[in-house]
Amino acid sequence: MSKSNELDRRKVVARLLADRKDAVVVPGLGSSNYDIAAAGDHDRNFYNWGAMGGAAMIGLGIALAQPKVPVVVITGDGEMLMGMGGLATIALSNPGNLSVIALDNGHYGETGGQKSHTSGRTDLSIIATGCGIADVRTITTMAEVEKLAERINRVGDGPVFATIKIGNDELPRILPQRDATFLKNRVRIALGHGVI
Amino acid sequence: MDARIGNADAKATESWPDEIFAILKKFKVRQVTYVPDGGHAKLIRQVHADPDMVPVTLTTEEEGVAILAGAWIGGDRGTLLMQSSGVGNCINMLSLVKTVNFPFFALVTMRGEFGEFNPWQVPMGSATPEALQLMGIQVLRASHPGEVHEVVHAGAAMAYGGHTPTAVLLSQRLIGAKVFAE
Repeated sequence: MSKSNELDRRKVVARLLADRKDAVVVPGLGSSNYDIAAAGDHDRNFYNWGAMGGAAMIGLGIALAQPKVPVVVITGDGEMLMGMGGLATIALSNPGNLSVIALDNGHYGETGGQKSHTSGRTDLSIIATGCGIADVRTITTMAEVEKLAERINRVGDGPVFATIKIGNDELPRILPQRDATFLKNRVRIALGHGVI
Repeated sequence: MDARIGNADAKATESWPDEIFAILKKFKVRQVTYVPDGGHAKLIRQVHADPDMVPVTLTTEEEGVAILAGAWIGGDRGTLLMQSSGVGNCINMLSLVKTVNFPFFALVTMRGEFGEFNPWQVPMGSATPEALQLMGIQVLRASHPGEVHEVVHAGAAMAYGGHTPTAVLLSQRLIGAKVFAE
């Protein structure tokens, strides 16, 4: 059960995206998908329903292709754990327009609520720092979420990684579109590209 | 230069990596993702020296699959350079090729076949073509220097022109088997 001092994932994501302008948003599969759908569908959302461990890398590909557009990956601790090496790849590429946010409740919410490694000894922020990302934040208050929201909606000097500690409540699923070809083309058109 | 058998004598003067580089330029490939491999060493150097290309060094090959999906969503063409063992690392991430439908193009240097000394390379090397095909990737192969241009160009045309996901295998006979000198 969620403790009273833990952040509500839906409120966190809604706040992160409230001042959104031209950012492309890439959720990881599972609960992050539902949080972002709950904040409101958008032409620049590329929902993930699979490819576990790949959300940050999809974000990196978009960020390198569109260096003036902020790209925000919002995923969970389980999805991030599966693609931790990608944080080293991001640090080496050093894109100033990429933010990776791990909503960390320490559990695999989609598969029965088993504890993840971040309920044990693993700290994703320390991993991101060790990979070489300079701006790494561990967030436990809405005031810190406010500051992060300002940063992720603009282009900076390097990538940002944030672990946001959230509660473990199971929330209603808000299911977004799952046709990836449609989603891909919707983002491409929003960025001014053709379908092929 | 590492010692190789097979095509080793031609290695110093071989021109097929230049031909691959020229094809990537012709097809306006921008993001070049790779896990380093000796067979791709010359091509990787050329990519790093080109101001219009974005090389991305990966920790594991599946990252490259996801990056190429993102690259295309953002408007870039990309390619993935890897060794045959890396194909095994990509399998689930290759789901993106089917669901997202983007121009996936990979150049795979083969290990575990012609003259291979290291038995640990053989299981994945042997399964590489079928593993790619199981995930819906078209597989072409070049085994001799004289056919590299034609085969790689055909693969690039299928991938970037027709969005048919394609991998070109560069045979160990072409690259030369690595020699483990003590």
